[in-house]
Amino acid sequence: MLNSSLLQLGSALRAKTISSVELTQLYLDRINALNPALNAYITTNFESSLAQARAADTLLASDKAQPLTGIPIAQKDIFCAKGWRTTCGSRMLENFIAPYDAHVIEQFNNAGAVNLGKTNMDEFAMGSSNETSHFGAVKNPWDRNAVPGGSSGGAACAVAARLCAAATGTDTGGSIRQPAALCGISGIKPTYGTVSRYGMIAFASSLDQAGPMARGAEDLALMLNVMTGFDERDSTSLQRDKEDYARDLSKPLAGLRIGLPKEFFAEGLSQDVASCVNEAIAEYKKLGATIVDISLPNSRLAVPVYYVLAPAEASSNLSRYDGVRYGYRAPEYTDLADMYEKSRAQGFGAEVKRRIMIGTYVLSHGYYDAYYLQAQKIRRLIAQDFENAFKQCDVIMGPTSPSTAFDLGSKGDDPVQMYLSDIYTIAVNLAGLPGMSIPAGFGSNGRPVGLQIIGNYFKEAQMLNVAHQYQLATDHHGRAPQNIEL
Amino acid sequence: MIHKTNVRAPAWEIVIGLEVHTQLSTNSKIFSGASTTYGAEPNTQADAVSIALPGVLPVLNKGAVERAIKFGLAVGAHIAPRSVFARKNYFYPDLPKGYQISQFDLPVVGQGALTIQVEPLSGPSTGSGQTYEKVVRITRAHLEEDAGKSVHGASQGMTGVDLNRAGTPLLEIVSEPDMCSAAEAVAYAKALHSLVRWIGISDGNMQEGSFRCDVNVSVRKPGAPLGTRREIKNLNSFKFMQQAIDYEVQWQIDTLENGGKIHQATILFNPDTGETRAMRSKEDAHDYRYFPDPDLLPLDITPVMLEQVRATLPELPQAKRARYTSEYALSAYDANGLTASREMADFFEAALSDVPGQAKICANWLIGEVSAQLNRDDLEMAQCPITPLQLGGMLKRIADSTISNAGAKEVFRAMWAEGGDADSIIEAKGLKQVSDSGVIEKIVDEIIAANADKVAEYRSGKDKLFGFFVGLAMKASKGKANPAQLNDVLKKKLAG
Repeated sequence: MLNSSLLQLGSALRAKTISSVELTQLYLDRINALNPALNAYITTNFESSLAQARAADTLLASDKAQPLTGIPIAQKDIFCAKGWRTTCGSRMLENFIAPYDAHVIEQFNNAGAVNLGKTNMDEFAMGSSNETSHFGAVKNPWDRNAVPGGSSGGAACAVAARLCAAATGTDTGGSIRQPAALCGISGIKPTYGTVSRYGMIAFASSLDQAGPMARGAEDLALMLNVMTGFDERDSTSLQRDKEDYARDLSKPLAGLRIGLPKEFFAEGLSQDVASCVNEAIAEYKKLGATIVDISLPNSRLAVPVYYVLAPAEASSNLSRYDGVRYGYRAPEYTDLADMYEKSRAQGFGAEVKRRIMIGTYVLSHGYYDAYYLQAQKIRRLIAQDFENAFKQCDVIMGPTSPSTAFDLGSKGDDPVQMYLSDIYTIAVNLAGLPGMSIPAGFGSNGRPVGLQIIGNYFKEAQMLNVAHQYQLATDHHGRAPQNIEL
Repeated sequence: MIHKTNVRAPAWEIVIGLEVHTQLSTNSKIFSGASTTYGAEPNTQADAVSIALPGVLPVLNKGAVERAIKFGLAVGAHIAPRSVFARKNYFYPDLPKGYQISQFDLPVVGQGALTIQVEPLSGPSTGSGQTYEKVVRITRAHLEEDAGKSVHGASQGMTGVDLNRAGTPLLEIVSEPDMCSAAEAVAYAKALHSLVRWIGISDGNMQEGSFRCDVNVSVRKPGAPLGTRREIKNLNSFKFMQQAIDYEVQWQIDTLENGGKIHQATILFNPDTGETRAMRSKEDAHDYRYFPDPDLLPLDITPVMLEQVRATLPELPQAKRARYTSEYALSAYDANGLTASREMADFFEAALSDVPGQAKICANWLIGEVSAQLNRDDLEMAQCPITPLQLGGMLKRIADSTISNAGAKEVFRAMWAEGGDADSIIEAKGLKQVSDSGVIEKIVDEIIAANADKVAEYRSGKDKLFGFFVGLAMKASKGKANPAQLNDVLKKKLAG
């Protein structure tokens, strides 16, 4: 049951082989047993989850069940869920009970899915290792000395350790793809505007995009079917017809043109990752794909551009956490300014404060033109690179992250080293393109390697097809870490 | 452009520019569905967006955009086909997001102009002379959200925050520094106030803060570059505006003449003392770190949308004034008076449709008796107890000489106090005047017969006695004699 796909779980639930309550209880028992060591979840609410499971069983007994009805899903703790503590990994929101549902949560509720709990994450999604969480680091289930990646590290860990059937994540600069790669699972960040940001706590609004994390592409397709759709409460939500992301899964790949950007295979890429990615490319050739060498000349500027724009937006987005209306307020202060300073100094962690400082600096008078405006111009150039590339190829492939999961605490003192962990993923967010990561084997240290697939705008169905065909031919995505069975 | 002033040293010129925040009359807030109704219990109109819960997003209210466009068209401004919402970042408890969504380098309304009628005011900084017309250039107008309110001492020495007003749509209208006196500034503010109500984009209620003025004031020697300005914040009455400008101008001139320097500052006017006081200096000015709001798409206004809004625009005061002087041969004074508000103009046109051709007498009554009575009863035109139909009915009876002016005043008083139409009041009070020449001649003959001595005095040259005879005749007719007719008959008969 733990290794079943969402499609198989749905069939089992509808065939009454298992009830949603039983399935939910199975996962809750596993969470009870394994979460103390892995720390994948910040908050669980067994009563609430089981109540949803009971309601799902009622639906399943009627003929009103949908594909995900009764299936236990882990929600990243960045999504507001009514009645649930929603912390965003921060002390600032340690005791914040959301009074409303995010659009994503609503969509899962409407689909009859069970909310299994809120997964751990880097504080306000700022981090690539999950170590910035106020609630402690998440362990990589493949090697508990390693980080799971971030910011959706809890989600990636929960999927890999079979602590949920599938999970939601968000991706501002790689926060779905990089932890998916490091934990040996699949994840997709759809085109910007495809999933509503309503109720998703903002980090960098022009880059934030939610997406699913699961073991295989087929599961991602079912998850995307639930998560996507126009929402008038998000002005950047795109008004498009509803589509079935699973529609092209079984298409053969003959004639597929895969672009390999030379910049993604240059200095900085570890040997482990390079060889796994090359093997995957070889597999795709066997499946009938052709390889095109391409160049994304401005991609080398993606990291610096990102670390101007994302902190700029974040510095403003996080201003609302001032201790006045909700969230953390310092216990002692002398006056208003002191209350602001102490509440924010104590409520935010070091990485969040660093980015607020950077963002405040690049937006300030006299620096705006040199940093923010310049970065916006380069952002357009980066998008143009992709536009040119997609004239030559259908999808772009490369490594998701330059190395396999690094050791916990190994990059703590060097933020720039940490930022480089997202060197291949960030350009995709800047361009607003869809990007995904799928398991492509293991490094010599036994830690997973991810293959990144980048598609053109709205080509998620095609990307899922490309991923699924590979997963039919290989078994990397089906492997499970040791020491997670009860 | 710059008028010399009469302030102690006439060598000083005053330069004034205004920034006006007018609250747009939408039912819901500019970026959420929460109600904008004034005066509700604190925080009962603060939804998730108003209190800036984590994860909420702004969605632009189209009604606010339409109102901004309407204003732009009314002042002949360029409407930007694409404008951008920006975040203005600063911390304050009544600013829930830690930033205000406003427009910065790309506002929705560009350059326009407003023609104003300046009536001299009494006061030291007033330009002298007659009422005159002036064009004030408008720099821009942009959409933004209002902040909430801090309620000091709400409980046990603590400050409370009421976010009902947070997110209320505002149009900030910025003028060029084209005004040279308190009189001009007040005339501009009044014209703007009248205009936003005229085109129905704001209720203009100043007590409730729907129309707030920031006044930038500086002084300089003629021909010198602009002086350093100080900004008087948040004036919500025209009277205070005049007082504040007068005080500030005098203060700046005194300071400069005593060898001092003016420092750029934001100041407040205290109506109790009549003085202005610095609130913060330029040194503490915020760096607002404006940048485009990534939660909102650029605001695109299509030509179609523009034309749709244009079609809803009423005839504007200036066009009406021109029409009243040409079509109805009214004086500029009358045309101004009748276009003081949309309600006044509508009232005039409705009443006039009942008595075509009587524009002058209709104007006299509206600007005279009706306005005076409204003033005495402290009422707005919209609350006028008599209808255009009632007034028109009365004017008809003046026009056809059924009642005299004196009788009309009585009819008017009765209508105002008790309602009813002119004809039944005339009937009930017996106000119909006597225009039967036979009857009037008979009265005059009797008076002449009964006052032979006075008639002799009159005929010997004591013209002043004419009034005496009119009085007697009126009394004899119980006040109902047609005065013009009576005069004619009296003159003729007294002449012998």
